Amino acid sequence: MSLSTKHLLGIRDLTKEDISLFLQTAEQFKEVLQRPVKKVPSLRDVTIVNLFFENSTRTRISFELAEKRLSADTINFTASGSSVSKGETLLDTVNNILSMKVDMVVMRHRASGAPHFLAKHIPAAIVNAGDGINEHPTQALLDALSIKESTGKLEGSRIAIIGDIMHSRVAQSNIYLLKKMGAEVTVCGPPTLIPKYISEALGVNVSYNLKETLEWCDVANVLRIQLERQNQVLFSSLREYNLTYGISRKLLDDLHKEIVIMHPGPINRGVELDSDVADSKQSIILQQVENGVAVRMAVLYLLSNRPSGN
Amino acid sequence: MLAYSTCSAEKRNNFLPDIEKRQSLTAFSALLYLFAVPLLFLQKFLHLKLILTGPQLAITIKRLAHQVLENNIGLENTVLIGLQPRGIYLSDQVVAEIKRELPADKVKYGKLDITFYRDDVRNEIRIANHTDIPFSIEGKKVVLIDDVLYTGRTIRAALDALLDFGRPEKVELCVLIDRRFSRQFPIQPDYTGKSIDSIISQKVRVFWKQKDGKEEVVILD
Repeated sequence: MSLSTKHLLGIRDLTKEDISLFLQTAEQFKEVLQRPVKKVPSLRDVTIVNLFFENSTRTRISFELAEKRLSADTINFTASGSSVSKGETLLDTVNNILSMKVDMVVMRHRASGAPHFLAKHIPAAIVNAGDGINEHPTQALLDALSIKESTGKLEGSRIAIIGDIMHSRVAQSNIYLLKKMGAEVTVCGPPTLIPKYISEALGVNVSYNLKETLEWCDVANVLRIQLERQNQVLFSSLREYNLTYGISRKLLDDLHKEIVIMHPGPINRGVELDSDVADSKQSIILQQVENGVAVRMAVLYLLSNRPSGN
Repeated sequence: MLAYSTCSAEKRNNFLPDIEKRQSLTAFSALLYLFAVPLLFLQKFLHLKLILTGPQLAITIKRLAHQVLENNIGLENTVLIGLQPRGIYLSDQVVAEIKRELPADKVKYGKLDITFYRDDVRNEIRIANHTDIPFSIEGKKVVLIDDVLYTGRTIRAALDALLDFGRPEKVELCVLIDRRFSRQFPIQPDYTGKSIDSIISQKVRVFWKQKDGKEEVVILD
């Protein structure tokens, strides 16, 4: 058994077997996290640097916890307060850190493709923790694990991804993963926030009708409006967005079945999700966060593998 | 074997005319290959030594179960933990035997996977199995159950893993096959199905009905 890749740059490069291996290992790490001592010595001799060139709460804490639960040594780096503001290039920054004997790099960057660029130039294993509007592979893996837990399977499941599809790396990674694992995907949102040829390119259904989409799906993954990435006006107002594409209690109660609500966070309450929906028992938002640590442990554990001990 | 035959063929050739020589050489080597190839193939199996047959294995497992019971009357403060993946086939059967003597609710039985605790964990990708210990081991006497005790490294890792679940009063070790003289750590079993003296190049395989379709223990060279 082995992975087809040395880095985790995106779900796009993974095979179905890779994804299954990540998920299967994550399930075992979930059990580790229930133990009185939630720590295993597997990565005792590995040093990992977390490079965050963009803001993050969940992902950064989740990665750091995962590293600590695996007994790895960690260093944290945030762009603000570093030499990046003095004009150092990305490659120089990373090479300087690596020369201090660091084995793995976890990186979030606002530029799409930044980890792919790095992978061509440095020997360390790279885990993409989100790059621009491209991919966020560990989020897709933890979403898949959460879907698997709540519906029992991925193959044949009906997943709706609702909201700002255009600017969402979470949406892209989720679509790649779910399609590879044989799930059905519908993206739903205002036409201005859905890429024009997404249906042909990624094989998903497109819908502009929220009610129909919710009626169709088993799981709804709701995304945040990424105002910081939009440099033009794509819809009239947040209030209007909430009225057309926001998920309210009443909307869910009117459906003929009970669906599962997911959200990768951070939530803008009252925009894409109303508070009473986000906190209801239908929502598995906090289970997603919990699964995040197990999934990231699995990713780091499997990528740290060094054949013949060199 | 092959070297010898080529040599003898050459010797014979000196006494034969040219054409006949060539023909007989071809015929001879063809004949030789016909026998030699399957023979080489069979060799693999000829060096297979049966240590325990199916019926013997069943009796041994029964004995191990009774020995565990003998030392832990009624399993009052004792729990049983099988090691994933192959130790489980043994521990399942030992627990089944014990349940014939004791009511099922007296028997506390868990499964432990030690993949993340191995000292060679990152030399290759190892797939972890499920750990399931649905009770506290704090202050309990733990009987670890595994199929083959060889270098002792698995048990070393198992002890590390076990201590993450609490502080047991005592840990005992029950194994089906003890490959004594091959140990790399100071670890000894408390209950042994059979001790065997084997060298490092040999392999001991335990076959289980649920996994391999037959039940026996063999040594392979």
